[in-house]
Amino acid sequence: MSDDAELDELYQELIMDHGRRPRNTGVAEPCSHRAHGHNPLCGDKLALTLRVDGDVIADVKFLGEGCAISTASASLMTQAVKGRPVTEVLDLYHRFHALVTADAGETAPPDAEALGKLAAFAGVRRFPTRVKCASLAWHTLEAALRPEGASTVTTE
Amino acid sequence: MSAFDAAALRAEFPVFEQTIRGKALAYLDNGATTQKPRAVIDAVTRFYAHDNANIHRAVHTLGERATAGYEGARAIAARFLNAPSPNEIIFTRGTTEGINLVARSFVEPRLQPGDEILVTGMEHHANLVPWHMVCQARGARVTHVPLLDDGSLDLDALPGLLTDRVRLFAVTQVSNALGTVNPIRALVAQAHARGIPVLVDAAQAVAHLPAAALDVQATGADFVAFSGHKIYGPTGIGVLYGRSEHLSAMPPIMGGGDMIREVFLDRSTYAEPPARFEAGTPPIAEAIGLGAALTWFMGLDREAALAHEDALLARATAALAAQPGVRLIGTAREKVTVLSFVLDFAHPHDAATFFDFEGVAVRAGHHCAQPVMARFGVPATLRATFAPYNTEADVEALLRAVARVRRVFTE
Repeated sequence: MSDDAELDELYQELIMDHGRRPRNTGVAEPCSHRAHGHNPLCGDKLALTLRVDGDVIADVKFLGEGCAISTASASLMTQAVKGRPVTEVLDLYHRFHALVTADAGETAPPDAEALGKLAAFAGVRRFPTRVKCASLAWHTLEAALRPEGASTVTTE
Repeated sequence: MSAFDAAALRAEFPVFEQTIRGKALAYLDNGATTQKPRAVIDAVTRFYAHDNANIHRAVHTLGERATAGYEGARAIAARFLNAPSPNEIIFTRGTTEGINLVARSFVEPRLQPGDEILVTGMEHHANLVPWHMVCQARGARVTHVPLLDDGSLDLDALPGLLTDRVRLFAVTQVSNALGTVNPIRALVAQAHARGIPVLVDAAQAVAHLPAAALDVQATGADFVAFSGHKIYGPTGIGVLYGRSEHLSAMPPIMGGGDMIREVFLDRSTYAEPPARFEAGTPPIAEAIGLGAALTWFMGLDREAALAHEDALLARATAALAAQPGVRLIGTAREKVTVLSFVLDFAHPHDAATFFDFEGVAVRAGHHCAQPVMARFGVPATLRATFAPYNTEADVEALLRAVARVRRVFTE
């Protein structure tokens, strides 16, 4: 893969679009789960609020400041998890994590089908310094859903 | 531009014999660490290949050579700062350890509840957190000299802050995030007039200021800390200068071999400084490498080299300041090496990834100076930092990189 193609893959249209105009920003009200994400290395911050009805994530919103990758990741994550059962969402969390931390030599992203639009983040695996940007929202979500209740997660 | 031959200087640095993603390396992250000239790499290699032994112990030839090299480096560091005696030079792991040593050994024992440590609004975390720690332990507090909008110190506020509760004024000579050069001589004079000792964080100053500005007998600083790797030397080695009357009254904070006079089973007595503060086997090769780096640096035509560096900074600053959507962070009149900026069309981390594809290495982040970021209302900045081996081509590469980011993020 050429250098410029790597960069184009990372900053593809879908990611640029969600980076510029993130969806589901704000605070979910009422909300049953919340967590703060923080990357002390770069200063990215994320406040995630959720409403879980029974077993399903009925609503999810975020507020934060970060780079295009972390903003787009939070935005696309909210779209991907809204309306889905928590167990499925946690499965998606693991799949996303595997996607962005996969060996850069792998040609096709694993689980492209299960990941849907999230497969757009496959390019992140070629940029080890940017993995934390893409995964901050997901780590925050996982923390919010922990049974002991949430807190602040940090990635660095 | 001066007649300084940057290309010849650059040729002394093996790291530039490579391309990054097919592009010439425009290394503008000198504030994080500088590259190493062959003279330093060779000195470290030569030590391991010919002279390696422990110091201060062995009677054999290699031990003598290693000791001579290590103590020779101390003498070179003393000459670099114009310290009256090499015994006022303590080798540390770096600036951070030097400041922590002063915090634990000089400040903490004399700190009473209600006392103050005065810092400034532009300090690196290394010159904040150690003071937070000792103040927390002793019920004292950290006060600070605020910053003006251009990133210089609000000197009008200083007299009111130099209270009779202040036990130390800890101040950086050059801001790592803003590039501001502080008037150290005047600051020390004001503090001393109130009987307050001064610690100078010289991490970003040593490689970018003329010798007179670093002369401890001229500035009157009580303590000066710097790191070898920011002045063309190895990592893992630094210097803490301390005036001998302070050092001789300070207790050790680490015990072990080489820092003692006599050891019994139930007690020990301590060596005189500097050995008192250098427990255990020190980073010998690194100290010798630092000696080589300082010798190399003092051997440059420093005035011409720094004038060249300043001219590159001025050119890059003017070019970026003229562009829409670019905000410079830190515009003080007295500045060196640092060009900190934000782009209103791209986050610093996105920009830095694109920069890397142009071969341009800059720092993106908070530069371990979160209070500075808060003061200017930004989470992070892009920071280009210049050194004498940089060239016009590096400035061009930086401007090309900014143009590319602008194209991608505003199209």
